[in-house]
Amino acid sequence: MYGNHGTTSVPVDAPAADDPTVDRDFMALLDDDGRVEPRDAMPDAYRRGLVRQIAQHAHSEIIGMQPEGSWIGRAPSLKRKAILMAKVQDEAGHGLYLYAAAETLGVDRADLLDRLHTGRQKYSSIFNYPTPTWADIGAIGWLVDGAAITNQVPITKCSYGPYARAMVRICKEESFHQRQGFEILHTLSHGSPQQHAMAQDAVDRWWWPSLMMFGPPDDDSPNSARSMRWGIKRFSNDELRQRFVDMTAPQSHALGLSLPDPELAFDALTGHWRYGEIDFTELFEVIKGNGPLNAQRMAHRTDAHERGDWVREAALGYAAKHARTEAVA
Amino acid sequence: MTTRDWPLWEVFVRARRGLSHSHVGSLHAPDAEMAVRNARDVFTRREEGVSIWVVPAAAISASSPDEKDAFFDPAADKVYRHPTFYSVPAGVEHL
Repeated sequence: MYGNHGTTSVPVDAPAADDPTVDRDFMALLDDDGRVEPRDAMPDAYRRGLVRQIAQHAHSEIIGMQPEGSWIGRAPSLKRKAILMAKVQDEAGHGLYLYAAAETLGVDRADLLDRLHTGRQKYSSIFNYPTPTWADIGAIGWLVDGAAITNQVPITKCSYGPYARAMVRICKEESFHQRQGFEILHTLSHGSPQQHAMAQDAVDRWWWPSLMMFGPPDDDSPNSARSMRWGIKRFSNDELRQRFVDMTAPQSHALGLSLPDPELAFDALTGHWRYGEIDFTELFEVIKGNGPLNAQRMAHRTDAHERGDWVREAALGYAAKHARTEAVA
Repeated sequence: MTTRDWPLWEVFVRARRGLSHSHVGSLHAPDAEMAVRNARDVFTRREEGVSIWVVPAAAISASSPDEKDAFFDPAADKVYRHPTFYSVPAGVEHL
């Protein structure tokens, strides 16, 4: 609740207004580990950077419903189906929390959706990979949601209040997502030889893309330093990636599954798991739009949006009609 | 796209009886009834509430962050409004 909504609307691409006083007060607030709230004066680049990041995050939640949504009708039991529906519904909710957080920065959700649909804003590349088997749903929960949680937990303490608060809700809900994925894989891994092979195949395909979810290596991540300075990012890409590997490598043993990296080994000296070199050319190809399913995900998204247009219009018409009736009565 | 977004509503949830409603976030909905239903689905999927208020975001008036220093200044030099301002002789209890 920030009041006076709509009075501060500024186009996302508006030129940066340089006001040195704002910057000085603002940096003093951040240095004091203070929180920025809607309608506070803030450097334009901070605001635009946040809009871009929160919107991309929101788009990822919405597009992320597709790879799993396609398995709702094919889940192997009623229990798994109910769980998967709850999870996909959570992703929709996460998208809504995040769009609402972005809107406190003076943009409209409808504009952000336009930007997604016309390819001007991106979503996480991980959702451009296919989910050919039921084990993929397990691997997504365990690895993709696990990586997402590792990335998101530090954002609960980011400098922008509404983003941090949205992330608190999201992280609470994500923990069930990761556990249900782990449980699916554990069940398959300890089932028939075919089921075990299916679980191993899914983990083999999702492991490296999950590591890429943390972004490029630190020495090749141009925006990281500024995001750190602004308190939007708290840990570097490589730090978070290492944290994720340290958590998941021992979990793979409990699953009875291997990770597809011959160089993966525990380093007793550092207390960390060492892992092999990541082929980032693949990540950049997928970001450029050359992933397995980029075109299909976008086509499905825009189609669903256009086909929902009459519902949005009808609901508005109904609301307008009732407002008139009440005014007369 | 022919239809822009539905109006924005601010959502308040009473977590359990005995507590006041607290702001939890905002959402878009065509009217108040749908806003309450959507708020249930968005904010109380895990029994986080027993009562929901929705308020059109446009109906909220707020103090201005630009004036926050001047606006809240009058309270800053009135420490005597707090019990800790007063000295109490040793041994005096229940005061």
